[in-house]
Amino acid sequence: MTGAGQAISTPTATHTTVEPLLSALKVRKSYGGVEVLKGISLAVNPGQVMCLLGPSGSGKSTFLRCINHLERIDGGRISVGGELVGYAQRGDRIFEMNSREVARQRRGIGMVFQRFNLFPHMTALENITAAPIGVRRISRQRAKDRGLELLDRVGLASLAQSYPAQLSGGQQQRVAIARALAMDPQLLLFDEPTSALDPELVGDVLDVMRTLAADGMTMVVVTHEIGFARGAADVVVFMDGGVVVESGPPAEVLENPQSPRTRAFLDSVM
Amino acid sequence: MPQATLTGPGPAPAGPALEIDPDDIVAVPLRHPWRWILAVFLLIGFVSLGISLWQNENIDHPTITEFIFNPRILSGVVLTVVLTVVAMLVSTVLGVLLAVMRLSNNPVMNTLAWLYVWAFRGTPLLIQIVFWGYLGLLYSQISMGIPFTDFTIFSIDTNTLIPALTAGLLALTLNQAAYSAEIVRSGMLSVDEGQYEAAYSVGMSPVFTLFKVVLPQAMRVIIPPMGNETISMLKNTSLLSVIAVLELYTVATQISSQNLRQVELLLVVSCWYLFLTSVLSIPQYYLERYYGRGKARSLPPTPFQRLRAVLRHTPINTHRTDSQDAP
Repeated sequence: MTGAGQAISTPTATHTTVEPLLSALKVRKSYGGVEVLKGISLAVNPGQVMCLLGPSGSGKSTFLRCINHLERIDGGRISVGGELVGYAQRGDRIFEMNSREVARQRRGIGMVFQRFNLFPHMTALENITAAPIGVRRISRQRAKDRGLELLDRVGLASLAQSYPAQLSGGQQQRVAIARALAMDPQLLLFDEPTSALDPELVGDVLDVMRTLAADGMTMVVVTHEIGFARGAADVVVFMDGGVVVESGPPAEVLENPQSPRTRAFLDSVM
Repeated sequence: MPQATLTGPGPAPAGPALEIDPDDIVAVPLRHPWRWILAVFLLIGFVSLGISLWQNENIDHPTITEFIFNPRILSGVVLTVVLTVVAMLVSTVLGVLLAVMRLSNNPVMNTLAWLYVWAFRGTPLLIQIVFWGYLGLLYSQISMGIPFTDFTIFSIDTNTLIPALTAGLLALTLNQAAYSAEIVRSGMLSVDEGQYEAAYSVGMSPVFTLFKVVLPQAMRVIIPPMGNETISMLKNTSLLSVIAVLELYTVATQISSQNLRQVELLLVVSCWYLFLTSVLSIPQYYLERYYGRGKARSLPPTPFQRLRAVLRHTPINTHRTDSQDAP
């Protein structure tokens, strides 16, 4: 993988910078008077993996949830694929989207949650095919074939008919990744995907994520797994107190942090 | 084996050395004398109650046997069941609608649903039944047209539009919808917030999420109280006797007012209600089982499966559990 900002320029591109897939500009968000995001500006190019690190309460999960409009931002702009998230711009005015338009937009942005959030009343396969059949309206057979293929990709082909309660945490999380992939998203968000797992199950999930990264999926990952960030990330962002303290390639941020806050955090987790 | 452990190397057990195989517990089972004493007393009580009823000269037993399968009584039973089923089905749909309105962000819907529940839960069912039954006293004509003008599309006599049966059905359904709405709402609130987020994150709309993700999970919580409500509904249909709907209880009172056998007919009616409420608990069991899928790691067997297992494999079954228990 190439370094930050220089990722995979297409042959037709005339200059080295490419249009970022995700761009956030001065994003602000408050909960009941407490400002948890104080102007976050970030950009992720297509095919890049960005890891968000930081102590709990630093706003990294909130920021991630703003990207697919699970949280409404109070200020700034977030756009994915050149489209504002949750708002439509017509001329110089901005209009709030209705729930149908937001739902359409979210199809292109997959999300994997800390607590998996699989649908407990559906089998692993049904979890994956529910949205393609019901939302994308593709045929049952095609959705099923694709679902089995995705399950195979995350190493769970034999567990298609199992209910989430019958799966281990690591297996559930891999089904959740397959569920997100089934919508063919252009961007995948991971909200501490391994934090709720037993230590010996973390590796399987991280392996799947590494494969996705190597296949060129654009990913934003909130994580405490420094090893994963070092190996798979193109950009590492350290957040604290609702601001970006430091960002750059993992070699710079993780090995040679400039800010004392980053250094203190890395010392405590490594 | 026990000798080996007692005399073997390592720390010797501190207690007295008994020659007992530690694999077996040979103990005198705990006795429960009071259970037996209580059971005997209750048995005597029930038997004497039964005898006193049987020998009571005020009960004419042939009347009970005569009327239990009387065609009029049977038609009353059928109407009671139909009323219960229709009222429960329609009220459940209404209840889901009201619950969704109550939980929506739309303040108009929200207030409307709240008002509905407030009004229909806050007044006695009996009064609502009489009210619908005598609606003709309030509005003799029901017409549809454009408000504040003389233009009408149709106009109809209230008592023609709403005969007693319809009035009764309306009263039961609308009243039940208020209760069902609260039950459905509690079921929906029991679904984890993460389920909504997961559904939204794969691009499901709120309505799709409701039907595909939230309600199927809420059903598990909704069904037991709804079973309760169904049984209440079955018994509440007897209130329709005040507007002369020919359900089970109305028929029985009509018969007993002719033959003056009130107690016998009440017993006939009670037998039928007991039978019907018992039958109603069967679909509830299967519904609970269906919506419980995915919750437990394996579904419990149905009563029929259990019965079949007992009938077929009793000796084999005990064998199997024995071998499973062995290490």
